[in-house]
Amino acid sequence: MFSNRMVNLLIPIISVVLGLLSGAIIMLVFGYNPIAGFGALWNGAFGDAYFLGETIRQVTPYILSGLAVAFALRSGLLNIGVEGQVFVGWLASVWIGVAFELPMIIHLPLAIIAAALAGAFWGFIPGILKAKLGVHEVIVTIMMNYIALYVCNSFVRNVITDGADRTDNIAATASLQSEWLAGLTFYSRIHYGFILAIFMALVMWFVLNRTTRGFELRSVGFNQHASRYAGMNVSKNIILAMVISGAFAGLAGAMEGLGTFGFMSIKSGFTNIGFDGIAVALLGANTALGVVLAAFLFGTLKIGALNMPTEAGVPTELVEIIIALIIFFVASSYMIRWVILRFKKEGK
Amino acid sequence: MEFIDILSRILGSAILFASPLIFTALGGVFSERSGVINIGLEGLMVMGAFIGVVFNLTFYETFGSFTPWMSIFVAMAGSAIFALVHALASITFRADQVVSGVAINFLALGIGLFLTKQWYDKGQTDIISRPFYSMDIPVLSKIPIIGDLFFTGWYLTSYLAIFLAFVAWFFIYKTPFGLRLRSVGEHPMASDTNGINVYKMRYIGVMISGALGGLGGSVYALTIALNFSHATIVGQGFMSLAAVIFGKWHPLGALGAAIFFGFAQSLSIVSSDIALLENVPQIFLLIAPYVLTILALAGFIGRAEAPRSLGEAYVKGNR
Repeated sequence: MFSNRMVNLLIPIISVVLGLLSGAIIMLVFGYNPIAGFGALWNGAFGDAYFLGETIRQVTPYILSGLAVAFALRSGLLNIGVEGQVFVGWLASVWIGVAFELPMIIHLPLAIIAAALAGAFWGFIPGILKAKLGVHEVIVTIMMNYIALYVCNSFVRNVITDGADRTDNIAATASLQSEWLAGLTFYSRIHYGFILAIFMALVMWFVLNRTTRGFELRSVGFNQHASRYAGMNVSKNIILAMVISGAFAGLAGAMEGLGTFGFMSIKSGFTNIGFDGIAVALLGANTALGVVLAAFLFGTLKIGALNMPTEAGVPTELVEIIIALIIFFVASSYMIRWVILRFKKEGK
Repeated sequence: MEFIDILSRILGSAILFASPLIFTALGGVFSERSGVINIGLEGLMVMGAFIGVVFNLTFYETFGSFTPWMSIFVAMAGSAIFALVHALASITFRADQVVSGVAINFLALGIGLFLTKQWYDKGQTDIISRPFYSMDIPVLSKIPIIGDLFFTGWYLTSYLAIFLAFVAWFFIYKTPFGLRLRSVGEHPMASDTNGINVYKMRYIGVMISGALGGLGGSVYALTIALNFSHATIVGQGFMSLAAVIFGKWHPLGALGAAIFFGFAQSLSIVSSDIALLENVPQIFLLIAPYVLTILALAGFIGRAEAPRSLGEAYVKGNR
């Protein structure tokens, strides 16, 4: 009844249910009505076309940052540095968008590619350190996040502008925004980046499952020693995995730079797109389709939560707790697996 | 005279920023020595800062001048209990320790901000009225030069941080408890066959890291930040984690690394007063600790050996 594949599918679903259930219990404990709370959340995410547009806008970078984490994880690497790679991607895309005057057919792709390259470079550093010197990528990527934050702030203030706190708006020829989509959704900030995000999910699926290189990457993720014995160049694959992961993350930054905001400002802290990407990838079981679904869930939670204080009086921060708990349950999947197997034994 | 003056200012500010990092990094050493990676140090600090501030705001009339000390004590206890979540996930449920740590970070901030909204009805707490104050140590501060440098204008918590580093060193390297803790992190199966309870030692390691992380977070809140918001603890936990690695998983190494990071942090703040550093763009001072950590990891500053079983769940009976 419970095949291994089935269990793998059940774990994320059970984790989400447990997370939402915990949220409901917290609401009860603090004297809120959970039904009203989650109702407000639902309305805030799908209530009308505007909210729907905003939800899709939020989902867009999550898909890409989730793909970034998932791609690295499939090769056995934990990329905590997606946050930093998002930053440099955002910066690069805006820089190209502000600095040049080109026809759209060149300008927009150029800005997007620049973002991917910047993210790829930011992933290359931990990649090569891991491959050549065996340095653990987790700590390096955490450090790279802070370096990205400060370097990008410094670039915005001193290089792109003359001491200002934000860049100019990007040229219309580099923008992903669309009057048509905005008009359709009561002027939400939805943009064309959504199509790119879905396309990149297909790309990831194709690369990992239908190409020799993807097979090698996954093989390295399963067992480095066996892969080396089979004649694969392990260190090259590690670097490549981090570079591609960084490129995905850079694109997530471009979604913010070219789509949602159209500029970059000085940041006092992280955007959390990258950190949420870890949650998205884990919940999505590191598959392309899973990431898209998980990104939808977290995007819905985040945007819907904004409606909770006004409609049900529940603080927005409750959703952060729910997301944290979902990650916790996915991470502790051993516990869930154990319970499922218990049921299985009794069923026999 | 002026040189001593500047030096004493830099040193005072460096040690002020270093103290929370020292506490937290020592916690990291205990956890990682037992074989459990603790990316969640940041979250443990957030929890400590939150509990410390809330306790301080609530009980400052009851406990008077003892309030800050009571606050950090309660924060220690609270964070130690909170760390149980990480212990439970990564030791008993065999969760990926890094992922569990990430969840801890999310969870602490979520809980802290949710309760802040709930109790104070706004995004941040009021400024506390009973923080720690810097002070001059009587008699000792009168010693020429040394008195100015080490006994003037420091916080008592800074002395406590340095003292604790030596205590931690003694515990980890000179007691049977420390030997067991280290052995569990190096080769859990060998420890198990020698009758050491691996799970218990790891639980203790993680809970000590919770207590010390909470201490670090609350000391940061009660000496530097003075309130709790989403921006109270931003990266100090990760910096402490870096100090653990930079210091090669040794308490005194972590102490040195934390002081160095505190120095680097304070440099970007006091640099405008120092003629030599006036012209260095602030960005280099800001990223220096992170770049140096990467260089240290890459082995340019001497190779560090992590505890051998770090990050591996111990499954009894597995080989």
